[in-house]
Amino acid sequence: MCFSDAAGSAPVLFFDLSGAGMSDAPGTKPLVVFRDVHLGFDEGEVLRGISFEIAEGETKILLGESGSGKTLILKLAAGLVRADSGEIMVMGQNIEAMSETQLLEFRRQIGFVFQEGALFDSLSVADNVAFRLHEENVAESEIDERVREALRFVEMEQAIDKFPDELSGGMRRRVSIARALVNKPSIVFYDSPTAGLDPVTSQTIITLIMRLRDTLGVTSTVATHRLQDAFGLANYRFDADSDKVVALPKNGGSSPTHPTNVIVLREGQIYFQDAADTLLKSKDAYLKQFLASAE
Amino acid sequence: MTLDSSDTQSFFGLVSDSLKRQVLAFQDYTLLAVRAIANVFTPPWYWTDTMSQMDAIGVGSLPIVVTAGFFIGVVLLLQTAAQFQRFGETALTGDIVSLALVRELGPTITALLVAGRNASGIASELGSMVVTEQVDAMRALGTDPYRKLVTPRVVATILMLPLLTAIADLVGLIGGFLVSALQLRLAPAEFWHRAINVLSFGDLMQGGAKPLIFGLIISTVGCYFGLAVRGGTQGVGRATTTAVVVSSVAIIVADSFLSKLFLYMF
Repeated sequence: MCFSDAAGSAPVLFFDLSGAGMSDAPGTKPLVVFRDVHLGFDEGEVLRGISFEIAEGETKILLGESGSGKTLILKLAAGLVRADSGEIMVMGQNIEAMSETQLLEFRRQIGFVFQEGALFDSLSVADNVAFRLHEENVAESEIDERVREALRFVEMEQAIDKFPDELSGGMRRRVSIARALVNKPSIVFYDSPTAGLDPVTSQTIITLIMRLRDTLGVTSTVATHRLQDAFGLANYRFDADSDKVVALPKNGGSSPTHPTNVIVLREGQIYFQDAADTLLKSKDAYLKQFLASAE
Repeated sequence: MTLDSSDTQSFFGLVSDSLKRQVLAFQDYTLLAVRAIANVFTPPWYWTDTMSQMDAIGVGSLPIVVTAGFFIGVVLLLQTAAQFQRFGETALTGDIVSLALVRELGPTITALLVAGRNASGIASELGSMVVTEQVDAMRALGTDPYRKLVTPRVVATILMLPLLTAIADLVGLIGGFLVSALQLRLAPAEFWHRAINVLSFGDLMQGGAKPLIFGLIISTVGCYFGLAVRGGTQGVGRATTTAVVVSSVAIIVADSFLSKLFLYMF
């Protein structure tokens, strides 16, 4: 397993730590388990009995209308929000039973990409990406190497000394992805990574997620309202040898090594949960309407 | 027009809800303040952030504190001199300026100035971080925002406010001295001798301890309202205004209790 840089030149081996963090072999054990999770606010219950599993190496796409609870599911999985009831297991750990101090330690093993990037605006791109490494007192020479490598992966090494307000929306998302993966997480949560971006930039972001999935085996959960994101991830894969995105065989389902499945949320509940192909062929009236309106 | 039972119930329901919210807010504020202080005693410590905040709060507030302190000393002497001249006791102006500045005006005015500048600054900075999800991002990266953002600001304000107060006191005395020398033709030695000798240990304790409490109030109120921001940029604006109002009122209320306490103790 290795990172291949943007130009397709010699692979960088820094992330190649066998057995630690990212893996290229999909497992059968679920990395994320939600069991009958409920969450409500003053306005009423937002999530009503959410149950699903995400296997190691799998990419799960959360689709749904605005306010259907996609972001909340990601934040619950990362322990950023507490559920009212139900069980949430991530990487074998019961999130709901952990204290905030334990959660801080746990979150160092995961990656989270926020909707607008959520870069620290008083820090440079380099310091943003190096944030977690500084917290862990990693040696400066190693920090520089790892930051450059992560930025090279998202094709943003040239912006290393810039500040977030000097970057476009798409560039901020890419830096945010670099920040999320600098610590070699086993799983990355993406909260609407393409929201508000133009189609070309959106495609760049989806390609990055695809590269992480197909070259490093990172388990991903992507909350999005864009069907193109879901079907792009489900129907294409990144070929590291040719450094290109290639289509998967038609009717062959998603990648056998890194499967991609879709969850459609409706009014705080899971309405559909299966492969993207099945969603497309569904005769259900709501799903057909949802697909038509989201296009 | 009479109120029926449902109107009465809804009225009491609203009052009850409002009271509950206030109690919960006070509970959250207290927890934040306790947590900010408790973090000082356990690692990790963010010394660089603390130094940076000391620079922003301490050095940044110096110009307004020096200016205000000087003119408070000037005004104080002008006002008291007019009264003392009637009794031919202008020599006592040094006493009154010194006591008023060290015991009361120095700590309170400095705290109010710093509250106006820094409680708003802290609330708007943290509030902006909340609405742009930077605080959540910090938590997602495994860093405790209370340690990284709140504790350095609290420590910096608590350490800087007594120093700023001491500077305001000194500059105020210089302002008073200049007026006494130029207008009352008081001998410099007499002014400074009286101004220094009138101060007892209790006065210095009062002048030194009050800023510590005021610093805690300014920083924790600013952090609390900043981190409690809801409702985007409008919420940031509201939090900023509320932080200044609440911290200013809290300083004046705390000052009256502290004055009574110190007068009782010394």
